[in-house]
Amino acid sequence: MENVIRIMTPVTTEEIRKLRAKDNVLITGVIYTARDAAHKRLVNLLNEGKELPIDLKGQIIYYVGPAPAKPGYAVGPAGPTTSYRMDPYTPQLLKLGLKGMIGKGTRSKEVIDAMKEHGAVYFGAVGGAAALIAKSIKKVDVVCYEDLGAEAIHRFYVEDFPAIVVIDSQGNNLYETEPKKYRIK
Amino acid sequence: MSSKKMTEPRRSAIKKELRYVAILRIGNNSEVSYVREIKAEVIQNTVRDLFLQANYFIGKDVYDKLKEQCEIEESPVGKSVLKQIIENDEIASKEQIPICQDTGLAVAFIELGQEVLIVDGDFNEAINQGVREAYTKGFLRKSVVSDPVFDRKNTKDNTPAIIHVKIVPGDKVKITVTAKGIGSENMSSLKMLKPADGVEGVKKFVVDTAVNAGPNPCPPIIVGVGIGGTMEMAAILSKKALLRPVGQYNGDLRYAQLEDEILQEINKSGIGPGGLGGRTTALAVNIEYFPTHIAGLPVAVNICCHASRHAEKVI
Ligand code: SF4
Repeated sequence: MENVIRIMTPVTTEEIRKLRAKDNVLITGVIYTARDAAHKRLVNLLNEGKELPIDLKGQIIYYVGPAPAKPGYAVGPAGPTTSYRMDPYTPQLLKLGLKGMIGKGTRSKEVIDAMKEHGAVYFGAVGGAAALIAKSIKKVDVVCYEDLGAEAIHRFYVEDFPAIVVIDSQGNNLYETEPKKYRIK
Repeated sequence: MSSKKMTEPRRSAIKKELRYVAILRIGNNSEVSYVREIKAEVIQNTVRDLFLQANYFIGKDVYDKLKEQCEIEESPVGKSVLKQIIENDEIASKEQIPICQDTGLAVAFIELGQEVLIVDGDFNEAINQGVREAYTKGFLRKSVVSDPVFDRKNTKDNTPAIIHVKIVPGDKVKITVTAKGIGSENMSSLKMLKPADGVEGVKKFVVDTAVNAGPNPCPPIIVGVGIGGTMEMAAILSKKALLRPVGQYNGDLRYAQLEDEILQEINKSGIGPGGLGGRTTALAVNIEYFPTHIAGLPVAVNICCHASRHAEKVI
């Protein structure tokens, strides 16, 4: 296993540009959650020329809709959701200074191009490791869109959130490079 | 046991506190038959308990297979993904919290004995009530929208369940539930092949569906395949196939061999755990088949993630 890199949010473009596909990272600080419905609202605001309820500069968005928390827990199981559903909205957010996304599954060419242009990375978390991932989430607040329930935008206070750089700011993509190494013709 | 011949409920049944009711069949020599009464509430409570069980406890078959693959996985990243999944499943069962935050659509397969009389309530509503209780009281996520195209409003209790009922002989009810995550459901596919496509056509379609899904359905996956019947029959069979334990092959040797060949083919793809490379892309391929039309060969592929959550009970 490669060395583990610790990062604190908010992050700088320089820090993010240094990360390489396959780096294991542990994220500490605040990360924001948003899924399709919240992305749609954010982008609608932008299209109307309005301000966003959160400043995305240097931030990381986690694509997640947690299960309800049992009493005594900060959050319920909270693993990543499939990222491609956010692809149509992502380039606009990257333009505003969003530096990282955490999800699972492939991204579109448009997203990867925007990541290269603005200096951002796409982290993968293990899909279906929701109970384990939730252990690193210490506190949760709702930021906005409470009516969306699990899909509202939340602020997660995380400590050593485990992720792997799947696509770096140069466009190196583990989903492309790694399976090839194990493919049997 | 046929209801015609049954004269009196067995003593053992009475000891087990099963309730039987006598039915006088007027116009048929006034013969008496017995049917077993089951309260709708019992169905409801069983459905609730099964959904909780399925969501918190991974099956031993899946768990053992994950451990086995973790031992032999060559890719370091793949191995670490498998380790995280195993640790996750252990945490979920120990703390009785959901394995995955997507606690799925609620699907129930019911085998209803024809000598059973459901009393004190509506059968379908009992199932939905069981789902409602599990999802609202068991800290499961509510992921159902009422209308697929227009409103897409959350029903807030994960109902309605998707219910498949089959009437079978006997006086028992077998309930099998599965909580089906959409990440892998979205990667599923159905195709009406031509008979001439044959076994090679089937193989290609199943392998392509699984491999094209790449990292999206949370590999390692389980592949359910339904072959034959009509379009909807193939789809239902593919979901049923996912309920068969990992490692248990089809009873027909030819299909068992096909399962094995497809599994090996998928694992040659290198997709690996989490799609991050490795030998473990699928844990099992389960095929169910049914007679079909002379001019047809429907094939449905239902993909399930490693969080294959199902549970069953006979009442
Ligand atoms: S595909 Fe399965 S493991 Fe992955 S997020 Fe969905 S339910 Fe969870």
